[in-house]
Amino acid sequence: MTFEVPLKTGGSKINEVVIGTEGVKVKVGGQNCLPFHSFDGEVINKPIVAFEVYDVKPEGWASWLMKYYEDVYHDPILWAKKCISEYNADAINLNLISADPGGLDAEPEKVAEIVKKMREEISVPLIVYGCGNLEKDSVLLRKVFELNAETNLLGGAAEEDNYKPIAAAALGFKDNVITLSPVDINLAKQLNIMVTQLGVKPECVVMDPVCSAIGYGIEYAYSINERLKIAAIYQGDKAVANPIINTVGREVWKIKENKLSKEEASEWGDEELRGIIWEASTAMTLFIGGSDIVTMRHPKAVKIVRELIDELLAEGVEGVK
Amino acid sequence: MGISGLDIFKLLPKTNCRECGFPTCLAFAMQLAAKKVELEKCPYVTEEAKKALAEAARPPIMPVTVGTGDFSFTIGGETVLYRHEKRFEHRPSFAYSISDSMKDSQVDEILNRIKVQKWERVGELLQPNSIYLKSDEDDVSKYINLVEKVASNTEFSLILVNENLEAIEKVLQFCSDRKPLIGPVTKDNIDDFISLAKSNSCPILIKGESLEELIQLTTKASDEGLKEIVLDSSPNNLKEAFDHQIYIRRSALEKKNKALGYPTIVYPFELTDVPIKESVIAGIFVAKYAGIIVMKNVEPESLFPLLILTQNIYTDPQRPMTVEEKIYPIGNPDEKSPVLITTNFSLTYFLVSGEVEGSKVPTWLLIMDVEGQSVLTSWAAGKFIAEEIAKFIKRCKIEEKVSHKNLVIPGYVAQISGELEDESGWKVTVGPREAVDIPKFLQSYKVA
Repeated sequence: MTFEVPLKTGGSKINEVVIGTEGVKVKVGGQNCLPFHSFDGEVINKPIVAFEVYDVKPEGWASWLMKYYEDVYHDPILWAKKCISEYNADAINLNLISADPGGLDAEPEKVAEIVKKMREEISVPLIVYGCGNLEKDSVLLRKVFELNAETNLLGGAAEEDNYKPIAAAALGFKDNVITLSPVDINLAKQLNIMVTQLGVKPECVVMDPVCSAIGYGIEYAYSINERLKIAAIYQGDKAVANPIINTVGREVWKIKENKLSKEEASEWGDEELRGIIWEASTAMTLFIGGSDIVTMRHPKAVKIVRELIDELLAEGVEGVK
Repeated sequence: MGISGLDIFKLLPKTNCRECGFPTCLAFAMQLAAKKVELEKCPYVTEEAKKALAEAARPPIMPVTVGTGDFSFTIGGETVLYRHEKRFEHRPSFAYSISDSMKDSQVDEILNRIKVQKWERVGELLQPNSIYLKSDEDDVSKYINLVEKVASNTEFSLILVNENLEAIEKVLQFCSDRKPLIGPVTKDNIDDFISLAKSNSCPILIKGESLEELIQLTTKASDEGLKEIVLDSSPNNLKEAFDHQIYIRRSALEKKNKALGYPTIVYPFELTDVPIKESVIAGIFVAKYAGIIVMKNVEPESLFPLLILTQNIYTDPQRPMTVEEKIYPIGNPDEKSPVLITTNFSLTYFLVSGEVEGSKVPTWLLIMDVEGQSVLTSWAAGKFIAEEIAKFIKRCKIEEKVSHKNLVIPGYVAQISGELEDESGWKVTVGPREAVDIPKFLQSYKVA
């Protein structure tokens, strides 16, 4: 009996987004098949991992994570450089938490300067998240885009209640914007439509449908990713044909399973290996679902994920004819 | 898998003899399609018709049950490619891998692990439920001794794998009643294996060097009457392993390829030498269709997240995850400890209880049943409102545990605090909106 591989060809393309400028750029999206389903279509760009960097010393991180950044966490630029030189980062995800009004409440101008300086000093593309405060971010991100005009910076997040000023700034200063909506395919679609109605080109938008860690609702995040990709590729829904970003590091390292040591929870085994497996497995599950960019923290977890991406996309594999 | 009455009718004698009790063959066929009558009622049905009907009526992916008792498991029986369409039915079984080339002490170590490695999550006990017993040495008696030792030590389901049929035959003499999965059935031994499996009523593990070969082998086994089959597609690397899972599931569901309509087995350790990488690879096959995942890295930090991931991916997408309505004491609270309340959406519960635990402040956490909705959703739905919460405070009998009447409610429902004070007679404090801010809140919060 001959076996015919049951293919699903003829899918529509995900928009290809260029992050960064000549020499430091990376492209995401562009595929016309589900994740790692290279038998159905073309995977033009590999999914990427961005290292999470914070502009102030993070609090509450487990020591088995913090030890990798002990020498650099006081300076986000040194931190980013370490991720690049020692951990071979594809991209950096800078999180501007110093701007948080509930914390340091730093001036937008000052914070945006850090972004500019980092972008000028590092050799990989930059993905920037604000502090999460809707009002502050609308001012902050405008400033960030202004100081990094025409550099294809990827910045956000633009949400339902603050997307106008943020998306308008990304448009005006020719950068890329992240649209964020909480685990809902219709809200994601609606926000993308509103952002493109402002004039932002679809190939300048990356979606953050919000993710969560293993044990904390990863099934919702997995299925939202999968549904968004199926809608874009097989139902031709252009309003969701954007690459997806998932912020895995922050979700994984805030849960109690990655805060308690072996002494405090012996039944969960070695704390560092546990954290690496938790983070890498959360990331891989979301990539399998449909993520194009994942942000992560632990260098060993990142290494495993990048190896697995390469292996899953390996060419010349003896498959079935 | 439905089959229409008309399809069945075509296979019947069409003599309208009425011996089945129905006026016509067509009427009988309709009752058969509705599963209201057995085919045996027709005295004239041919063997071919019986076979064709059984084949047509079988599910697109056969369910396979391995083992007996508490640790038996069923895999297969799946009906969709994507979990949002309909719930994935049967979770993969995680198997501890044991080889006859291991030292006694290593085997003992694993057998001891098996007894203690289990974790409770959302009221459910999670643990691997099978042991994969492989022969790496051509020594029948050694293999028999190993299986004897393991079988007498644990009730886990057994997966018995030995190229030497004599060894399988001998171990089945003392453990066939445990309904082990046996293999590997290959093109070289399939005839002997089929008769062995038939006489012992065991499910079989078929290993093909390619998907074409697998199809030939499963077709043969199925023709011989074996229905409980697990597929090993012998992938050479991760990409092939991944692709095969997709090909097999798609062929079974979308091309109605019955020869591939069986659950699968994967061996992540064959795809890497790095133990933690093995675990992450295993995670890939939780979402993508494995029926049995054989593990060499059986450390708790490996199995614990994998079992939770499996529980997550196999939840019903239509039904929210809930935890039980009750009082959860965190960190040995006493009668003066703070009382917090939130809803029984399990994610809410995990986040809140995790943060309360992290704060190191002993606390009573009240979890109220609102059918698994989050705080805002259940408030909007009229479930997490002052009147209902007041009833719950009475119902849960927290008054018997504490000597004060101070309640902390989630920041998202600040607006109900006045009404709740009136309804319940408790003093209400508005807590943080986000769980992350609970430790800071608890450290400064004082029960009046």
